Amino acid sequence: MDAKAIHERLRARFSEKITGASLDVVTPWAVVATDAIAEVAAFCKADPDLSFDNLMCLSAVDYPKEDPPRMEVVYHLLSYARHHTFALKVHVPREQPSVPTVERVWGVANWHEREAFDLFGIVFTGHSDLRRILLPDDWEGHPLRRDWQDPDLYNGMHVKPTPQMADRAMAGEKIGVGPFDFTPPNRHTEGA
Amino acid sequence: MSQTSGLLQNRFDDGVVVTTADQVINWARKSSLWPMTFGLACCAIEMMATGGTRYDWDRFGLIPRGTPRQSDLMIVAGTVTLKMATRVKRLYEQMPEPKYVISMGSCANNGGPYWRYGYHVLKGVDEVIPVDVYVPGCPPRPEALLYGIMKLQERIQEDRVLRKKGPSLGSLAGASMDPGAAK
Repeated sequence: MDAKAIHERLRARFSEKITGASLDVVTPWAVVATDAIAEVAAFCKADPDLSFDNLMCLSAVDYPKEDPPRMEVVYHLLSYARHHTFALKVHVPREQPSVPTVERVWGVANWHEREAFDLFGIVFTGHSDLRRILLPDDWEGHPLRRDWQDPDLYNGMHVKPTPQMADRAMAGEKIGVGPFDFTPPNRHTEGA
Repeated sequence: MSQTSGLLQNRFDDGVVVTTADQVINWARKSSLWPMTFGLACCAIEMMATGGTRYDWDRFGLIPRGTPRQSDLMIVAGTVTLKMATRVKRLYEQMPEPKYVISMGSCANNGGPYWRYGYHVLKGVDEVIPVDVYVPGCPPRPEALLYGIMKLQERIQEDRVLRKKGPSLGSLAGASMDPGAAK
């Protein structure tokens, strides 16, 4: 099926839950109402003509300058059986964003949704194990949000380079052999 | 062995070697640097190439070990993320003395391309562990890493392992040599 036919089919089944679409682009997409995404996803997989058996990617985008500001979750679908692709999008508010999970439809969504939660703070309701996947468990904040500000320190390590570090790097100090003073028995643990 | 004592060199029959303990210990240390099998990013690919048949770091006595407890050398090959930095430090602390660190590539040296906008990357592995040799490059070619290893061997050869306890001879200059005078 081509993008138009896929869109028609979704419109016929869910009518007003499909709130927008762009079909003349490289990856055609449709916007789905947030509360309906799990239902639409299940239909996309189960319907014999659509047969989207593979969720290629689930990602998120932050649009703070839109009116109203929003984030989007994007689902890239592929059908191995029918050889066609399509994308679904849902809009979520930037404050306390929350989307129903599609983990029951495509198992792979488990990790993808954890990643979107980790980096954007989007909560996937109904997810079986929603915790950070890439960043450390004690990390604070969600770094791919546009309003992210680097903290000065993380567990005592500099997140932003300090002027002293810049001086050392620019002076070429970190090329070749470093300061080397071997003092037995244990130079490194001393004073640590 | 450039530093072998010149006075006694070649003064004895064949089969007798005269040298200093420092020389022998340093020679043994530098000739069997066992690196930890440990790669973080694309630099590790070059490090593996260095260990492969074409460059063959076995020639320098480098045999990768699977545990920090048997390793002398940590080659930090790749991007050290903040999450990994704590693990790097722990692995380093598990290595027995004497231990050496080669920082391989721009990321390990100072964060490399993540210097300005990487919220998750440590700006140089020397923020958490002491580094002996920095190898620049992105990633460094195997020749560069081998050169870094040779530089480290040169530095190990300069180590002084055995030292006298108490004040050095220099500080005794001018002091009374009468054993009865010393308490």
